[in-house]
Amino acid sequence: MFEDLDWQLLGLVAKGLPLCPRPYAQIGLNLAMTESEVIARLSLLQQHGLIKRLGVIVKHRQLGYHANAMIVWDIPDGQVKKLGIAISGFPFVTLCYQRPRRPQWPYNLYGMIHGKDRATVLAQLAGLESDCGLDSFDKQILFSRRCFKQQGAVYPAKIPQEAAHG
Amino acid sequence: MMLTDLHKHLLNDFQRDFPLSPTPYQDIAERLGVTEAEVIGALSELQGRKFISRIGAVIPPNQIGASMLAAMAVPETELTTVAQFINRFPEINHNYEREHRLNLWFVAVAQNTEQLQTVIAEIERHTGLAVLQLPLLDDFFIDLGFKLDWRHV
Repeated sequence: MFEDLDWQLLGLVAKGLPLCPRPYAQIGLNLAMTESEVIARLSLLQQHGLIKRLGVIVKHRQLGYHANAMIVWDIPDGQVKKLGIAISGFPFVTLCYQRPRRPQWPYNLYGMIHGKDRATVLAQLAGLESDCGLDSFDKQILFSRRCFKQQGAVYPAKIPQEAAHG
Repeated sequence: MMLTDLHKHLLNDFQRDFPLSPTPYQDIAERLGVTEAEVIGALSELQGRKFISRIGAVIPPNQIGASMLAAMAVPETELTTVAQFINRFPEINHNYEREHRLNLWFVAVAQNTEQLQTVIAEIERHTGLAVLQLPLLDDFFIDLGFKLDWRHV
């Protein structure tokens, strides 16, 4: 039900809305769409879950959230979904994904915590683990050190077929 | 820059459900009891100071194109050089040093799997180091934005 134009629109809105009084009209100019078409399509994309969230995207580090930990757990496959959903419910968790295990890397559940400092993050993690019953699973905590690159979503200009049919 | 109440409201209250109306900044201004010009001005300041990256859409991974989390174990003395080499690819949008034997973590987004694999193969060839590929299997996170705590800002 979505067309190439929708994917192009999504790409533009992921890059950011212009700071002008009629931002959707402005976006529409690039795609030969009217303001009301842009708004209607965005609303449809949002309803179908192709936009997770539309709004202000903050930069954690600049706002004083200097500690960022990626935690990886080795969870029995049958429990990953349940625990992943539980972990996602904590307000300080900013991502939660299942990824495949690899040789010498048995971890299958990834969570991210952004906090003011390391002690806060570790305390939040301890609370989360005890609430979710994660204490007994093997894990690693990887704090970030230097940020070499962080750019807003840059999506490929050309839309792949499989996505267009997705 | 001291954050004003207007800045704080803009940072915290509009991370989701941004108005889908012809004049979203005017709608926000009315909610906050200020003018549209003040809202646009304050957002522009926040963007200038890099407190916000943009006002935009967060798209679930792998909806557009193909993405991959990747990790490498890079000798400490080569880390900056390798990181800078990786940064040159436009497909790389995150690249962080982390405290681990696997000390370099990056995310690549490409049009399709072939393009993604070309980038990763090029990184392996140029650096002589293995890239651990960790694609997404399931996303449990419902993104409601991030509640900011102003006590230490």
